[in-house]
Amino acid sequence: MKGNISGKIILQDGTVFHGHILNNFKATGEVVFNTGMTGYQEILTDPSYCNQIVTLTYPLIGNYGIAKRFMQSRKSFVNGFIIGELCREGSSCHMMDELADFLKEQGIPCLYDVDTRAVTRKIRSAGTMKGIIVPADADEAEIKELMAVPIEKEVVAKVTIPEAYEIPGEGPHVAVLDFGIKQNILGSLSRIGCRLTVLPASTTADEVLAMKPDGIFLSNGPGDPKDVPEIIENIKKLIAADKENNLPIFGICLGHQLLSLALGADTYKLKFGHRGSNQPVKNLLTGKVQISSQNHGYAVDDKSLDGLPMEVTHINVNDGTVEGMRHKELPIYSVQYHPEASPGPDDNVYLFEQFRDMLTKGYRW
Amino acid sequence: MPKKEYLKKVMVIGSGPIIIGQAAEFDYAGSQACRALKEEGLEVVLVNSNPATIMTDTHIADRVYIEPLTPEFLEEIIAKERPNGLLATLGGQAGLNLAVQLAERGVLEKYECELLGTPLMAVKKAEDRELFKETMQKLGEPIPESAIVEDVASAVNFANEIGYPIIVRPAYTMGGTGGGIADNEEELTDIVIKGLKYSMIGQVLIERSVAGWKEIEYEVMRDGNDNCITICNMENLDPVGVHTGDSIVVAPSQTLTDSEYQMLRSASIRIIRELGIEGGCNAQYALDPNSERYYVIEVNPRVSRSSALASKATGYPIAKVSAKIAIGYTLDEITNAVTQKTKACFEPALDYCVVKFPRWPFDKFVYADHTLGTQMKATGEVMSIDRSFEGALLKAVRSLEIGVHRLQMDFMADWDWETIKTRLTQINDERIFVIAEAFRRGIACVDEIHKITKIDKWFLRKIKSITDVENLLEQMPLTDDLLRRAKDVGLADRSIAEITEKSVNEIRQQRKAAGILPCYKMVDTCAAEFEAATPYYYSTFHAEEDEVQTSDARKVIVLGSGPIRIGQGVEFDYCSVHSVWALREMGIEAIIINNNPETVSTDFDISDRLYFEPLTAEDVLNIVDKEKPEGVIVQFGGQTAINLAASLEAAGVKVFGTSVDDIDRAEDRERFDEVLTETNIPRPQGASVTTVQEAFDAAARIGYPCMVRPSYVLGGRAMEIVYNEAELKDYMGRAVKVTPDHPVLVDRYMEGTEVEVDAISDGVDVVIPGIMEHVERAGVHSGDSIAVYPPQTLSSKVIFTIIDYTKRLAINLHVKGLLNIQFVVVNDEVYIIEVNPRSSRTVPFLSKITDVKMVNVATRVAMGESLASQGYKSGLVDFRPYVAVKAPVFSFAKMTDVDIALGPEMKSTGEVMGIDYHYARALYKAMLGAGMNIPVHGCILITVADKDKEEMKQLAKAFYDIGFNLVATEGTAKAIGTMGINAQIVGKVHQRSADIIQMIKQGRINLVINTLSQGKHSANDGFKIRRATVEHGIACLTSLDTAWEVLRVLTFMRERRLVYSLAVQDYVGGGDDLA
Repeated sequence: MKGNISGKIILQDGTVFHGHILNNFKATGEVVFNTGMTGYQEILTDPSYCNQIVTLTYPLIGNYGIAKRFMQSRKSFVNGFIIGELCREGSSCHMMDELADFLKEQGIPCLYDVDTRAVTRKIRSAGTMKGIIVPADADEAEIKELMAVPIEKEVVAKVTIPEAYEIPGEGPHVAVLDFGIKQNILGSLSRIGCRLTVLPASTTADEVLAMKPDGIFLSNGPGDPKDVPEIIENIKKLIAADKENNLPIFGICLGHQLLSLALGADTYKLKFGHRGSNQPVKNLLTGKVQISSQNHGYAVDDKSLDGLPMEVTHINVNDGTVEGMRHKELPIYSVQYHPEASPGPDDNVYLFEQFRDMLTKGYRW
Repeated sequence: MPKKEYLKKVMVIGSGPIIIGQAAEFDYAGSQACRALKEEGLEVVLVNSNPATIMTDTHIADRVYIEPLTPEFLEEIIAKERPNGLLATLGGQAGLNLAVQLAERGVLEKYECELLGTPLMAVKKAEDRELFKETMQKLGEPIPESAIVEDVASAVNFANEIGYPIIVRPAYTMGGTGGGIADNEEELTDIVIKGLKYSMIGQVLIERSVAGWKEIEYEVMRDGNDNCITICNMENLDPVGVHTGDSIVVAPSQTLTDSEYQMLRSASIRIIRELGIEGGCNAQYALDPNSERYYVIEVNPRVSRSSALASKATGYPIAKVSAKIAIGYTLDEITNAVTQKTKACFEPALDYCVVKFPRWPFDKFVYADHTLGTQMKATGEVMSIDRSFEGALLKAVRSLEIGVHRLQMDFMADWDWETIKTRLTQINDERIFVIAEAFRRGIACVDEIHKITKIDKWFLRKIKSITDVENLLEQMPLTDDLLRRAKDVGLADRSIAEITEKSVNEIRQQRKAAGILPCYKMVDTCAAEFEAATPYYYSTFHAEEDEVQTSDARKVIVLGSGPIRIGQGVEFDYCSVHSVWALREMGIEAIIINNNPETVSTDFDISDRLYFEPLTAEDVLNIVDKEKPEGVIVQFGGQTAINLAASLEAAGVKVFGTSVDDIDRAEDRERFDEVLTETNIPRPQGASVTTVQEAFDAAARIGYPCMVRPSYVLGGRAMEIVYNEAELKDYMGRAVKVTPDHPVLVDRYMEGTEVEVDAISDGVDVVIPGIMEHVERAGVHSGDSIAVYPPQTLSSKVIFTIIDYTKRLAINLHVKGLLNIQFVVVNDEVYIIEVNPRSSRTVPFLSKITDVKMVNVATRVAMGESLASQGYKSGLVDFRPYVAVKAPVFSFAKMTDVDIALGPEMKSTGEVMGIDYHYARALYKAMLGAGMNIPVHGCILITVADKDKEEMKQLAKAFYDIGFNLVATEGTAKAIGTMGINAQIVGKVHQRSADIIQMIKQGRINLVINTLSQGKHSANDGFKIRRATVEHGIACLTSLDTAWEVLRVLTFMRERRLVYSLAVQDYVGGGDDLA
């Protein structure tokens, strides 16, 4: 079509998929896919996708534009966006901006008109890998250069807030460690009545404890949990202190992985991760299954939990991977998935309600 | 083994005949459920009155009862079979209503039969308006302000409180029968009166109308452990106000934010939990386009039409999983049949766009009111899949088989802007075409049309993007780039050819040379996240990777029959499925192409590969290019598939079975005349005419009455009997456009007994599994006649002549497979009416009652096996000792303004079967199953045409003799008087004195016998009487032949036990082992 610039995504193994490139923004990143059918804005602004090129399997994107209230972070941290059809004129009463304008304004490289199913099938069979978005006529040197750009490891530092701040609330005071937190986790904690102090990822355990919070929250975030050993050390201290102060600690996603590493368990990289709004999670305590929103490329190794004072509470129905755990003695629990949804189903709000009961009613298992 | 280990035997209730609002989707659901139950080692008892279904095959259930779906018959079967479980949530509203009745009558308790799946209370909470309202209020789910009323006055009072427009919905009906939207008191009164009549419990709900809001649906599943998932959500392109069955629907929703999507998803889960449903459920919402406000409109506590659509749209087998849940499994214990790795407890992710388009019967009911509202009018639907909405929409349009291939209807070309503007405000089957016409001409912008139609701008822009490309095609040379753009928006080669004034072949050549080819993608429930085993594909031009794994094995394509419509129902899907099974049995890979989401043939585990695609030459040829099959089988997909034979052969595709040339010899009037001359078989005198004058001349020569119709028809479209030149003139001007290319056939109308034969031939031998005699004399379309097997009145001479003629025709036409012949017998002479060189609508019926696997045998013949090698001898298969009666079923209650009088135009939407050792009881079962309300005593209104008066006198006396009172118009009463009987005289409708209509309305008439009379007044009177019987649920017999058979039943009823059942297996012996 007129005005469309041909572009392509080249994967590390040389596979090429074609499309059109928006604004001629180029990208290097880890190519992943998300199977959610709605929520492109929430996905784009979820800091956990920092450094990644996100492929959406649903082919019609941008239909309802962009609205401020769906932002999950102050900005988008994705490195690139690969989609099928890019809707230029969205239609929704909530819409404030077109997706294309948002992508431009946020400087997000986007390849559209792509056979995203083909990309997904490739990633599914070959595993997550590095890829670049370039114009179709990019020369060899440019391709080489982009492909050589290393995938950044300091991602948590990049996405966490620089300064602590408070979100007022009537209820218990929760110290929230922001490793790249999604807006709706803060919203969910607020909705259960918490007063929140949101802290940069680098905040030390002593600083956290000095605030005398009623509970601690470990957020989601991007990257390999093993890339942030100093945070793991901090969490170790928080756990140690918990033996005395018995504070409820709740972790989600990266928070869950960091917690497990701090407890001495291990994490590993999944072949292509879990990203979507339809992942079934079985609660082993109740025998029930809930549908969850997920976005993670790493998982906790269930065998590594053997011998630790931890109990697996949730597993993924599809592949049996660990989706949740709790401490056998301390009020510490975490889940790999996203009970705050946004995007995705809100079947798992009960995990926040449990946190509220732990904070206010002294609930313990 | 079921999780509920005490279950040994389960009864499944089917949904009965195809009617508007309840189509083939329940054959699909029921068959899937039966198979799922059998898989668990359960003994399955199936009851359904509809013989044209896969589910009533003897290999689907251990005990198959083709019996009327009434509580009495079901009780009889339960008493006999003693199932300890009853599964009723897969038989549509009909099945569910029966389950409620059986429970309330204490039948289930008496025979210790557990209602499986959704508990009775859940059904009541969802269906009883008051309980539903209470339940929703308890949950805090918003529902529009409403009131339940049982009389008109309360309805009017409530409307005055909340204001118009008001929606009226009767309680306990399906397809919105008797509902509507009222803008004022007069309309409200009208609709409420009707609604009260149709409601099983005499209640209607009246509520605030949210017309214009977005209509959104969710399909939800819940198991006994309270696990809940949503399978799919769907957005109606048509805003609230049009019944969802009449709406263009897209899946998943396109204009909902994640927040809105999840808000309604959560509501659906809260609702299914609160209702305690175990299995599938459907929830419908109205969503305010200007806020996040929503209302719950409706909840169906069962597998529904939308569930079938959601199943096909996602690949998730809702019916199968529902059945497993009913016997105690939880979602996380059931394997996802698609991936065979993951579990059924997940939510499907789509990576394509699905469009459902309704198929309306307005091509048959030209004079019916085309307005779409709360009462469903579509008989069927098509579904299409693509990576773009435009592509899916246009695929759907060309799947409809309504003579259009894009959003363009020729006759709109003459409309001026004022006309278009007016038409845009009318909500009917043509609206989307009018919208496209407005865009095409550039006379309206998206905003304007949105203002008028309230259709979301997203959809409107998509339609516009199609017409924009059409305009480019018109203005610019067809470069490869432009061609690519045209394919990108989904335009068919044929449409591109039409606009650019080139031939389809030229376009196809250019396209292939430019490498613009479709890719085939898989429907896998998981957006490619997991490897899937389903061989279920769709095409798209929006892709660079084709993922079909074709094989080098022997393979054959079977063409399906497209949407359910009058004249082409579920029977043809039955045939396609059996053909696929036969091929697989022969070790040949069977590939099916079809576009109907309601069918068994589009279930992903029926064929080796399923292509969910339009049935047009281009779409089929693209698949042929991809698959390179040995050939294509067209004879089982009804006229849809037959119509493609010539173009496929022209493109070099081998057509198995009867050759394209021989098909033409049977279908082309003049060539068929030659066949008859060669075989020396008589037919009613006739002629093919190409001008109006020729028609007059021919009729004068042949003599009136004449049967007139256009050539190449399906289901007797635009066929009429004319009694004089005036009527012929009227017909030629109104019903057809006669041109040299489209001749009109004028035949002598012979009033005799109609006989129908289905036969299989291999060119050498001709096997005739059975002969059926029609109750109604020739002149009533064969699809609307009651058919009886074996014939009851034919002489041996006639039967032998029929066998002889059948053989001669089959051999002369070199039939390789099935053929269907209709004869008329006059004074023991046999004449031929028509030959269809393909499977017919009676094939499933005949296969079932004769136990000849007709489609299997015919498929083998088409593939080259002789009849002899299959163990068949030429000739008529011995008649069975029982009688089977096939009766038509109509959907007149849904189609106001349609004349119910039987004639040469087919009007029925479905059929039922009655089988018994007594002819009269078989007849009774068929009539009962067809929903005919036969009174045992009371008052019969007789008003017949003059030509029928002699015969009517005998009939009247016979009814009088068994105790009926007679009411007649003056002339008829006088005639009856000559028999020494007094009939009460009633004034004609237009005379307004002691009006017939009044008597019907007051419930003083229990049965009406009315034959079509000529003349303006009486024709109009007759129409009003007949419609009144429909609105008031009274049987109306428009053929004296039917009346005689009703009399036979009534006489029998006095002496015999009526409710008596045997399984099909008991009649025909043994099940087959096809599956």
